[in-house]
Amino acid sequence: MTFHPKIDYRELHRSARQLPYDDGKPFTYTDENRRRFEEIAKRYPPEGRKSAILPALYLVQRQLGFVSLNAVHHVAEVIGCTPADVEDVVSFYTMFYTKPVGQYVVQVCRTLPCALRGAERVTEELTSALGTGPNGTDPTGTFTLIEVECLGACDRAPLVMVNDGWHECLAPEDAKALAADLRTRGEAALGGCHHGKADAGK
Amino acid sequence: MDPILTKFVREPNSYTLDFYLQHEGYEGLRKALAMPPNDVIELVKASGLKGRGGAGFPAGMKWQFVVKDTPKPKYIVCNADESEPGTFKDHLLMERNPHLLFEGCLIACHAIGAKVAYIYIRGEFLHVQNILEQQLAAAYAKGFVGRNVMGLGFDCDIFIHRGAGAYEAGEETALLESLEGKRAQPRLKPPFPAVSGLYGAPTAVNNVETLSNVPVILLRGAEWYAALGPEKNGGPKLYCVSGHVAKPGVYEASMKTTLRELIFDAAGGVRDGRPLKAVIPGGSSVPILLPHQLDIEASFDGVAKAGSLLGSAGIIVLDDTTCMVWLAENLLRFYRHESCGKCTPCREGTQWLLNLLEKIERGEGEMKDLALIESVAGLIAGKTLCAFGDAAATPALTTLKHFRGEYEAHVREARCTVPAPWRRRSAAPVHSH
Repeated sequence: MTFHPKIDYRELHRSARQLPYDDGKPFTYTDENRRRFEEIAKRYPPEGRKSAILPALYLVQRQLGFVSLNAVHHVAEVIGCTPADVEDVVSFYTMFYTKPVGQYVVQVCRTLPCALRGAERVTEELTSALGTGPNGTDPTGTFTLIEVECLGACDRAPLVMVNDGWHECLAPEDAKALAADLRTRGEAALGGCHHGKADAGK
Repeated sequence: MDPILTKFVREPNSYTLDFYLQHEGYEGLRKALAMPPNDVIELVKASGLKGRGGAGFPAGMKWQFVVKDTPKPKYIVCNADESEPGTFKDHLLMERNPHLLFEGCLIACHAIGAKVAYIYIRGEFLHVQNILEQQLAAAYAKGFVGRNVMGLGFDCDIFIHRGAGAYEAGEETALLESLEGKRAQPRLKPPFPAVSGLYGAPTAVNNVETLSNVPVILLRGAEWYAALGPEKNGGPKLYCVSGHVAKPGVYEASMKTTLRELIFDAAGGVRDGRPLKAVIPGGSSVPILLPHQLDIEASFDGVAKAGSLLGSAGIIVLDDTTCMVWLAENLLRFYRHESCGKCTPCREGTQWLLNLLEKIERGEGEMKDLALIESVAGLIAGKTLCAFGDAAATPALTTLKHFRGEYEAHVREARCTVPAPWRRRSAAPVHSH
């Protein structure tokens, strides 16, 4: 018996435990990434070796494109902690993908300052141009579309992040052109109002 | 007031070590290293520098509280997890003036007796991090960071640590958890980080803008610095103006300046000349102000007197096309998504508030829902380990307080009564059980 009414949670809370996708393939770092990992781990004192979990997972994602269950075990091994310690982290942070994603991960900021300048319309336009709705990947595996929360550049709203790059001041009417440009030129299509310019923020 | 922290941001090479050295770079550090650590703390205390991250806690006090008499190492941790909606000042500082931050970190380390500073930067700022890494390497190579800094016998390392997408990591104890390789969830306080912080060692966590002010204080003195602003609100301040303004951007000013001047003079006023409806003066977590409340000092004390908070100085401007129920719903979706889940009132309450606000915005609300919103919000605020709970309750409570009529109209007419062309055109996704 419960005393409170049924609540619709819709999506899992970030604090919920979720195992990453098991792609059935073994995972070990490339020699290069293993070397990078050891270099990074030196930044933390021996008692703080777990601090290297986040950087270690970034290396996994760079190598594999997402974080698989076997990669979690590998990270636990090189850090010297339990796989549960690593899973805990992977499921909490939004920048780690726990299943394969498209070649371009397109992330539209949906928080207030971007929304005030048309981010909801940007998502609509991109949904029709990319062939996938939010939280989905198009059938060809080219694009994953995600709505994300504040990216911290509200003066350049609406803001879209594609993989690790930014496209700034994306007017909804320009969203379709950006999608087409991404298809042909990839990340070279990214740019925007302040991108890399000396007058940033002014 | 002429810009100080952002004076050179338009110069193409302002971020380089050479440029920085040509403009009194690392001279504040040289002065600091010639002083006993305690004198540096006293100087920063005398300047009145308040933390620029949101809480406005005096930086010198924070350093003074760090336990000095301990065999453990001590740490400076720079909070560069800038995530408060409407805030983008640290982004600019790190992108265009990274050495100012490094110098601030080094002076802070000297003041509290630390040998290591970590800069925790949010994961989405990779392009900024790349600039930091490149410039940090240059500073190491020229002997401004590392062993025997500037030949003055001071050893100090700076490391950059990348976050991975969690607003809560901006809370100082959650940041420490995250830096230790765990979920970004806040700790029970006390003990405060000054006693038991990173790896259980005494730690001071300071915001990017706070640390960037420190070299200026060393160079120009506490009196000069304090006199830049109104009493107890000294120094230059970076304001982030966004939303429905003609020229969104970062504007540096004295805290003597008014909110009206920032919005209408600096940022060019409301875009397309539309009427102003309301202003959120300090990032999404603070109460809104109405157009008649803008002739106030944009200082920590001035905005508090008007019933809101300066917070992170993220000024979000709203014109007359903004639906206040939609606004609350948008922000609750943010808080629902970012709640770390540690405290039940916040984890469950944000979902409840979001469901209620969506229901009203869809035109399915009932009058009794308004009281329910107040009740649920009241059960979150003040009942959580960190300030996130208060922040999450605020958007619903403040819009309901100032725009109750708009909520009632939504219920009465069973639709959104303030539609806007810049919002989604298709129906919002309806979630069912």
